[in-house]
Amino acid sequence: MIDFVVHDEGDSVGVVVVEGVKAGEELTGWVMDQDVDIKFKAASDIPIGHKLAIKAMSVGDTVIKYGTDIGKVVADIGTGEHAHVHNIKTKRW
Amino acid sequence: MSQDLSTATFSGYRRENGRVGVRNHVIILPVDDLSNAACEAVANNISGTMALPHPYGRLQFGEDLELHFRTLIGTGSNPNVAAVVVIGIENGWTQKIVEGIAATGKPVTGFGIEQHGDHETIMEASKVAKEYAQWASELQREEAPIGELWVSTKCGESDTTSGCGSNPTVGNAFDKLYPHGATLLFGETSEITGGEHLVAERCRNDQVRERFMFMFNRYQDLIERFKTSDLSDSQPTKGNIEGGLTTIEEKALGNIQKIGKECLVDGVLDKAETPTGPGLWFMDSSSAAAEMVTLAAAGGYVVHFFPTGQGNIIGNPILPVIKLCANPRTVRTMSEHVDVDVSGLLRKEMSPGEAGDKLLECMFRTANGRLTAAEALGHREFVLTRLYESA
Repeated sequence: MIDFVVHDEGDSVGVVVVEGVKAGEELTGWVMDQDVDIKFKAASDIPIGHKLAIKAMSVGDTVIKYGTDIGKVVADIGTGEHAHVHNIKTKRW
Repeated sequence: MSQDLSTATFSGYRRENGRVGVRNHVIILPVDDLSNAACEAVANNISGTMALPHPYGRLQFGEDLELHFRTLIGTGSNPNVAAVVVIGIENGWTQKIVEGIAATGKPVTGFGIEQHGDHETIMEASKVAKEYAQWASELQREEAPIGELWVSTKCGESDTTSGCGSNPTVGNAFDKLYPHGATLLFGETSEITGGEHLVAERCRNDQVRERFMFMFNRYQDLIERFKTSDLSDSQPTKGNIEGGLTTIEEKALGNIQKIGKECLVDGVLDKAETPTGPGLWFMDSSSAAAEMVTLAAAGGYVVHFFPTGQGNIIGNPILPVIKLCANPRTVRTMSEHVDVDVSGLLRKEMSPGEAGDKLLECMFRTANGRLTAAEALGHREFVLTRLYESA
């Protein structure tokens, strides 16, 4: 049962692909490019399609997904926490 | 499935200019907003015809006007259209559009309402529309090689399952079609932001790369000029954000999955321009779904791959839109809108290659006549792109 997917092993975030993920749950993740499974604990409730942090990040850090820069951290994010518009912003506009 | 595409064919209508269409529409095309009522009345009179009402076409000037003509002429010229009746308030612009469509060799006639009125115009136009409908109904499909199929793509109401699932599925299908000479299209200029270097790397040569960067930067300038925020809620949209997409960069990286791993970018088009050869083309275009699909249809594309996450529901009057989705919640709650379910990708129940094959199978069935969900549901969004205010 895959709960979240990660594109590339260097990414700092994964995407939850099932409904109803709650804080404290043990999750199984699939790292797509390397085709390996990983285990992770959710630290927040995370809706389907939303991201969880698989590395801790601090304000000013670059968020990596698809092996590429997808934005900047604007509030500290602990591992397993919900990563979205409240703690990540675009660098472009 | 994994079909050998080198000998694959589809069944379509060969038009006078040699292009092959997969639909056989007779359209009643208004030049301007004043002519919508007459067009709708004609389509109501004659079975097998369809009006394409829209709100524009008056006092436009410059590039905005050129785009208007290019879009209407391109729509009428599309090989999915058998014949066209054009109605405008006056004869000058009406005939300009008629001449543009007539260059394809297909039957087209125009009517100007001034000095005649709605009633007489509707009567005369209905007589021609009836002839066209009966003529078109006797046209037969013939076999054509897969290389003669023009396929466009645009994603909409994307979420994070788009980047992981449905967009790479399009990429897989595009990688399979590309070596056989198909003509392909992608666009959504603002939605490349964050990944423009990746698209630039895929351009065939410096000339293509420069033109792509010109279009890309032109769109960035427009956004910088008019933005009042970081565009959050507009690009990405509220729907994207609800679905989990956080920044334009993240959305762009997901978006770019649609061009696969093998395709090169062979050429660059301005809005509603038509490609001049096979390969993958980039068209400068809005990321608003119906606008971009309308531009793709005007460019001459005949089938459209539309990956969605949260559930985009648009169609197009002449271009069949195939919806594919990797989000299990959307596939469950909006099933009537989904043609190809690829949510199994994210459960490892299907491989990317199998998902691509599933999409290609739907493409063949659609090309050969099967109605897409959007067609069956009556979604015919025809949305013209404007560049600035009318005079």
